Amino acid sequence: MAHAFNRTLTGKIAGRLDPVEQALLRSLVLQLAQLLHETDDSASQDPLAQLVGIQELAERPEDPALLRLFPDAYRDDESAANDFRRYTQARLRETKTNRADAVIEILDRADNKIELSDAEAQSMLAVMNDTRLVLASRLGLTDELKLDELLLAEADQGGVAHLYEWLTWLQETLVRAIMQKN
Amino acid sequence: MNTAVLPEISVELSLPFVCTVWNDPVNLMSYVTHVFMAYFGYPKELAEKLMLQVHHEGRAYVSHGDREKVERDVAAMHEYGLWATIEKAN
Repeated sequence: MAHAFNRTLTGKIAGRLDPVEQALLRSLVLQLAQLLHETDDSASQDPLAQLVGIQELAERPEDPALLRLFPDAYRDDESAANDFRRYTQARLRETKTNRADAVIEILDRADNKIELSDAEAQSMLAVMNDTRLVLASRLGLTDELKLDELLLAEADQGGVAHLYEWLTWLQETLVRAIMQKN
Repeated sequence: MNTAVLPEISVELSLPFVCTVWNDPVNLMSYVTHVFMAYFGYPKELAEKLMLQVHHEGRAYVSHGDREKVERDVAAMHEYGLWATIEKAN
């Protein structure tokens, strides 16, 4: 069983996952990283624009989960929203991808006991959040009542709902550990 | 508690753009509070007040300023996974 994250006497953030849970978390984060790669439309870009983080074509994602990770910044102004994407989406994707990769590395070197610096804890926290956003989108989670229903569902959907609930609990303990002062 | 900073956020919108954070069923209340404290440097009381406003009213204006500044804030909220938009203040 996973133990809650907490702040140790030396100021680190520590948690404990059993091997199955650690593998589960790793596979979820890996799926997030793969999903993020799907938005990568930088291949056919002007190298100079790429260098300064501007994309000629920053497409609005069609996948609702990706759209939640890369939302429209302007609600009623499509052209301004598209401009915002051109200037920010590549960098945002890079940030999210690097974070996911960092968390996979942390999980690879952890032996059930996970010890995190503050910077690593921040990455872990944000990655758990991105992962929950994707899972919630896949589940069609619109409110908390819906989650109660899904938890009772049979087979796959119920399984994913339980995974989501577990990750929610884990993230909650992590954010509390981070907010706890040394 | 520094109450002097509390009214400024929702009332004084003399600057042209605001960053709005919208409610969703995924982001934890503790996480949203943490983000407002970590990114904007808001004291815990203000961060919690804004978080509760998002939760109960569906949205809150969390910062304001010129377009460039607020776009930066919106991009930062997206990095944290919060659902944020930029709007003209009126």
